[in-house]
Amino acid sequence: MAEISSTLLYSAFIIYLFSTLFFAMSISDKKGKDAVHTKKWGKIGFISSCVGFAAQLGYFITRWMASGHAPVSNLFEFTTFFGMMMVLAFIILYIIYRTNGLGVFAMPIAVLVIAYASMFPRDISPLIPALQSDWLKIHVTTAALGEGILAISFVSGLIYLIRTVDQTVSSKKTLWLEIILYSLIAVVGFIFVSVGFKGAGYETTFEMMDDNNQAVKVVYDMPAIAGPSNGEQLDDSFGSLFSTPSWMNGVDASVKLNTFIWSLLAGGILYGLLRLILRKRIAAALQTKVKMKPDLLDEISYRAVAIGFPIFTLGALIFAMIWAQQAWSRFWGWDPKEVWALITFLFYAAFLHLRLSRGWHGEKSAWLCVLGFWIITFNLIAVNLVLVGLHSYA
Amino acid sequence: MMQTITCECGHSNPYGTSLCQACGKPLKQDVEVLSSMRYEGSARRSQTYKQTFVDKIWNFFSSVKVGVWLIVIILVAAAIGTIFPQETFIPPNVDPATHYESEYGTFGLIYYLLGFHNLYGSWWFILLLGMLGLSIIIASLDRGIPLYKALKTQRVTRHDQFMKNQRLFSKSNDVELDEIKYTLESLRYKVREEDGNLFAEKGRFSRWGAYVNHVGLIIFLTGAMLRFFPGMYVDDILWVREGEKASIPGTSTEDGQYYLENNDFILEMYDKEEKKFNSALSSVDGEVAKNYQSNVTLYKTKENHTIGAEPELVKVKNGEIRVNEPFKFDSFALYQTDFKLNEFYKMSFELEEKATGNKFGKLTVDLHDPKKEYDLGKGYKVKIEEYFPNFVLNDQNQPSTVNNLPDNPAFVFSMYSPKTPDGEKAFVGIQKNIDSGENQFKMSFAGIETKDLTALTVRKDHTLWIIALGGIIFMIGVTQGLYWNYRRIWIKQNAGEVWAAAHTNKNWYGLKKDVEFLSDKTNLTPLEEKETASK
Repeated sequence: MAEISSTLLYSAFIIYLFSTLFFAMSISDKKGKDAVHTKKWGKIGFISSCVGFAAQLGYFITRWMASGHAPVSNLFEFTTFFGMMMVLAFIILYIIYRTNGLGVFAMPIAVLVIAYASMFPRDISPLIPALQSDWLKIHVTTAALGEGILAISFVSGLIYLIRTVDQTVSSKKTLWLEIILYSLIAVVGFIFVSVGFKGAGYETTFEMMDDNNQAVKVVYDMPAIAGPSNGEQLDDSFGSLFSTPSWMNGVDASVKLNTFIWSLLAGGILYGLLRLILRKRIAAALQTKVKMKPDLLDEISYRAVAIGFPIFTLGALIFAMIWAQQAWSRFWGWDPKEVWALITFLFYAAFLHLRLSRGWHGEKSAWLCVLGFWIITFNLIAVNLVLVGLHSYA
Repeated sequence: MMQTITCECGHSNPYGTSLCQACGKPLKQDVEVLSSMRYEGSARRSQTYKQTFVDKIWNFFSSVKVGVWLIVIILVAAAIGTIFPQETFIPPNVDPATHYESEYGTFGLIYYLLGFHNLYGSWWFILLLGMLGLSIIIASLDRGIPLYKALKTQRVTRHDQFMKNQRLFSKSNDVELDEIKYTLESLRYKVREEDGNLFAEKGRFSRWGAYVNHVGLIIFLTGAMLRFFPGMYVDDILWVREGEKASIPGTSTEDGQYYLENNDFILEMYDKEEKKFNSALSSVDGEVAKNYQSNVTLYKTKENHTIGAEPELVKVKNGEIRVNEPFKFDSFALYQTDFKLNEFYKMSFELEEKATGNKFGKLTVDLHDPKKEYDLGKGYKVKIEEYFPNFVLNDQNQPSTVNNLPDNPAFVFSMYSPKTPDGEKAFVGIQKNIDSGENQFKMSFAGIETKDLTALTVRKDHTLWIIALGGIIFMIGVTQGLYWNYRRIWIKQNAGEVWAAAHTNKNWYGLKKDVEFLSDKTNLTPLEEKETASK
């Protein structure tokens, strides 16, 4: 069952890639006259994203059967599910607005999320007592669906910015837009270096003192740019260029920092190559391909927030509080994950007030959608991997 | 009474109204119809009165700008609170004054000095939440009430200027009014007719969503504040040893006090051989917990129990407490929170003659309630001169105890025998047995008994239902406000022409689809969007 599940996820991943391609075909119509062409490829793209979703749903169900619990219990499972909810959110918004251009960006970002998820340990792990509750599936799935829909508002906002930011002059806006695109490329970089060094079987080991002054071994699976603080390398692989500052907590801190640096480097190289090939800003190159109406993009990004915000609130705050009351005897405890869910809630509440009461439409709204997605990914990744708290079991 | 403004349509509006509640005619020279539509051009207190101190406070808190700023400040403060762990999450036995600096360096010290280690309980954070609450109340009253009156009073026939200045507008000739009415009804609009004019509306209730969700938030915040009132909230921790009974803190009422017996504490680990989780479990060091469970019996004292007297307990019920499965009785709940395995419980010693190795009787010390003297018969006895449950050498290098928990028990024994009637002293602890060197007898270790302890959180929370109610109302409000929208279409016969105008509070895309459908199905000229109004 576990093998079937992996195969289905892999198939979904490939189908999503193809779906991206089909959507790209649909908007690649040079003269903009051939509506039949656009319609045909858009339809194929949409159908393939639905088929991919069905395959991933199959992965989800079979993994559930294999493990005996809802597969949303560690970072791999949750992040994969988040990617799946992004696809679902895209499907819903496609049904409402029929925009192929949205698929060109939403599908690859979902693919990126799933690929990123696959870099975490994929073993089926047992549930610790705190997670043994029906609320696991209810809380986590609802929260992920909300986040998936909010992620589409980011995608739409990003396309809006690509479409409208003036690329004839270099400005703060073009710089920020490049930074956003670079960070997406850095995720690709992360996947490349992870898979690359793993494939090469690279490993180097350090010995360092942990908080209790016990000697522990720290194993790197990438060449160590950032070594552990006060660590000693036990083999003669590439040595560290500098030590991780000691205030970064935990034994793995240096490994995480090192992986992060490698991702940024690999992302930088990829980005540089793209710039060399395109001979202009990435956003400027994309701008020539994107022909969607800005008004429609603005509408989609707002609509995604309007649909996603209540679902997020229900899943990430209300269901979370009910479960916390049951498991930890208090519905709220200012745990970092809780706080960041609250921050996400407050952020989108501010967004809605600015939009509905103060008329922040268009570009301002699009930048906010990007910032909102940053908060969501921060809560998804950094709070688990960097900050210490009750949710850091994954 | 404050003066009113009477419109040419005959309706009398409250002072400060900019669009007539009934017909929508601009009542002042410089009123822009479309931008006034957000609150129907109604007379909001904050826009009308700006003189007194009370007005200024009201206007400050009614502003959305102020509200958004408060949200943003709270958001940033909340984020700062997650940079380092809050005081409640640092180890319980460390001094925060030094902990933050030693763990996180200078930034940690600054963090501590600014009080960010207890950010969410700080006076200024609570004050910010209070101000946000006030802003929610005032902003809602300022807008909600006049809006309600305006929407209730609106008429079918609208003023020409009101019609012309809508974002979507058209003029047509030769239109079948019945056809329009029929088409609008097929789109599930509620259509009213007056003097050959039509007014179609859909989803008016969604206009109340914002106010409903704000009411929910206020109820929620009120519930959260109520826990500071005595009697509403109990939060205590109860440690019970296996086989023992303990009185449950905070559960004393007029008809008695609850006691809890810990029959058994169970800790289960996942089996590493289990096939399903094999690869995950083999990649972690140590074991992964499967279950923490306390099997308990609840007792209650009889009603006429006097405090201090030996309680007479009546069994209430048995129960099993697991993580995620609290044990409930009356308005209390007990949660599995912590445990301690193999706490020292009884220690046994034998009195032994050093030279011969002969033993003269055994004694067992209850580490929670040691006796002063143990008579071993035939003139042999042992006295406990001093007892250190959790032995440590203090600053002056004197033996002392950290606390009353027998984690590292140590004793000063006096040993008496017919040979040594004056007694010999020895200091005995774990792997320690110290005497003057001239003793003939010693205490030899003869075994230890241990017990498990369970820690349960005792909780009573009478505020939960209020908080839950607030949450439910918030969700209803936010859904009705965001998943629906208030669309209106006006059709007016005007000197042989038919004027059509449309408005929605949001989702113009949806409204445009509606009016396109309408002009497709009828002879109505397609409604056109006013360019200036789109942004």
